[in-house]
Amino acid sequence: MEPIYEHEEETALELPSEPMRLNMGPSHPAMHGTIKMQLELDGEVIRNIDIVPGYLHRGFEKSCERGTWTQCFPYVDRLNYVSPMLNNVGFALAVEKLIGIEVPERCKIYRVILGELARISDHLTCNAAGCMELGAFTPFLWFVKVRDWIYDILEQETGARITHSFGRIGGMAKPPTDKLKQAVRDIIPQVDKVLAEVSATLVRNRIFMDRCQGVGTLSQERALSLGVTGPMLRATGVDYDVRKAYPYSGYETYDFEIPIGHDGDTYDRFMVRMEEVRQSCRILEQAIERLPDEGPINVDDPRIILPEKDEVYTTIEATIAHFKIVMEGVKPPKGTVYSYTEGGNGELGFFIVSDGSGTPYRVRCRPPCFLNLKAAEDMIRGNMIADVVPIFGSVNMIGGECDR
Amino acid sequence: MSKQVLSLLQERFGAKILAVDSFRGDDEAHVAPEAWHEVALFLRDDPACAMDHFIDLTAVDYPEREPEQPRFDVLVFLRSLRKKHRIRLKTRVRDGQQLDSLTSVWAGANWTEREAFDLFGVRFKSHPDLRRILMYDEFVGHPLRKDYPIQKTQPLVAYREVGATKLPPFGADEGTPFARIDWLARMQGRNQQVSPAIAVQQGQQPALSIRREDTGPDAPLGQPVRPDQPGQPDQLGSKA
Repeated sequence: MEPIYEHEEETALELPSEPMRLNMGPSHPAMHGTIKMQLELDGEVIRNIDIVPGYLHRGFEKSCERGTWTQCFPYVDRLNYVSPMLNNVGFALAVEKLIGIEVPERCKIYRVILGELARISDHLTCNAAGCMELGAFTPFLWFVKVRDWIYDILEQETGARITHSFGRIGGMAKPPTDKLKQAVRDIIPQVDKVLAEVSATLVRNRIFMDRCQGVGTLSQERALSLGVTGPMLRATGVDYDVRKAYPYSGYETYDFEIPIGHDGDTYDRFMVRMEEVRQSCRILEQAIERLPDEGPINVDDPRIILPEKDEVYTTIEATIAHFKIVMEGVKPPKGTVYSYTEGGNGELGFFIVSDGSGTPYRVRCRPPCFLNLKAAEDMIRGNMIADVVPIFGSVNMIGGECDR
Repeated sequence: MSKQVLSLLQERFGAKILAVDSFRGDDEAHVAPEAWHEVALFLRDDPACAMDHFIDLTAVDYPEREPEQPRFDVLVFLRSLRKKHRIRLKTRVRDGQQLDSLTSVWAGANWTEREAFDLFGVRFKSHPDLRRILMYDEFVGHPLRKDYPIQKTQPLVAYREVGATKLPPFGADEGTPFARIDWLARMQGRNQQVSPAIAVQQGQQPALSIRREDTGPDAPLGQPVRPDQPGQPDQLGSKA
């Protein structure tokens, strides 16, 4: 059959090629987090993109400069509110590095256990949201179900489900409960089970693979130059994990591996997170065996750690120590340090400046997702507008940490 | 390992490296601001350094150092993927002084320099896109400077001054009025359009749908009703 428009000029049929400007966000159903993307569209293809963060800026760094060092912990909790325990530990390690102390072995193991639980919940949340945005609602529910059980453990240990404020300079707020070991032993098979279920239903699903594979690729050199870290960098094939490269809290003694991808696309990022959850389970299994039932959890230094409450009420020394810490705060020596740990999204660094007083002079958080988000501009450019959602989901931008 | 980098820098740049420091194992080189870009480029390209992984860039404000010393410390944190060593470069700039942008050396410096500009007001020369990033465009000043008071607010919609008290930026007839209507009072025959607390402060005019005599025979429609003025009906509508 003869085409209808055979006699027409071909150019007359073309759509106007002027780029169209589209604002996505800051409040958009597919954006988890308040963030604006200004897209320059040519049809459905994104020619250019400008990501505008800052809608959740609450002045974290400024707020830290008016309290004591210990009073920063609640703020730190609210940076990455999906894995607050990792932030707590990261900040505590930074101040400990500045003071020059090391926490007891039992505290290190306890921090590893709580941190890995937080990491599992972080990765599960990110992958869950990624599935859901592509229409796979069942894996989302499975993941979030297990995450909730992990929150139950953290609640049992710390008293709060999300914002624990549990870290302290030189230790933790409380020693582990006697139910911790059994709770972690119970949760590991559940995590394994849900990973197996999702692997069976989702990761070989044709639709999921088509939407993720080859979408949002990032090259190794570009990722390094952009300062990308964490699962996003490992998905490009770089085996950089702070826990292996610069071990802290005794991570060098645990047997675990760093999963890496090879294309740096959305699918690799998803799979790297899946595998990291398995590796975290391995660390948990080893740490649970090592955790001693008895022993100190805090450093033995009355200038840093609050004394026991019954001593405060009965002895004058403990009363004075309590008063000094509460009213004046812990006083690290004058100096600057940069301490870094592996957060949920990558290298979570704290650059802290002390002038020798009880108040921080400057607390700089190196937010992993702030630098990862810049790389998202590169990843999104050239893709279709429907690909924005899975690519952005795999970056795992956490507003609290990105905008501080 | 990074000790070698420090000595390499000192050999290569001599007087442009003002000081080196290794407090708590963090190696830091204090660089003259004019050599900032040059040193960064050297660190990236020299095979012995190979600082290909950009980590962070930030600033610290020391206003008390002025005028003898420049006010801001600008710091960049770097790492080598292959050699695993880390280094921190530091330089000092005055307020308004331009520092070379490192965006051409590491792409990650783009947003972090924008942040340093936004929060500290450090200017970067030949930065491709030096805009605010965390604060909004209408914001005046740079909040992380020590002389910016922490309790200062800059609301996008100005507060309204009503006597000695401040009120939220929305009036009774703006925003979402259904949330402010005091339905209980209305059903009891009182005439507030909004909740009594706000109405008293604002001198709120009564709802239009209620009996006209409540506003007084002589009161024009648009005039606010004030409880302290004689001849005006009680704010809580006691006539009804």
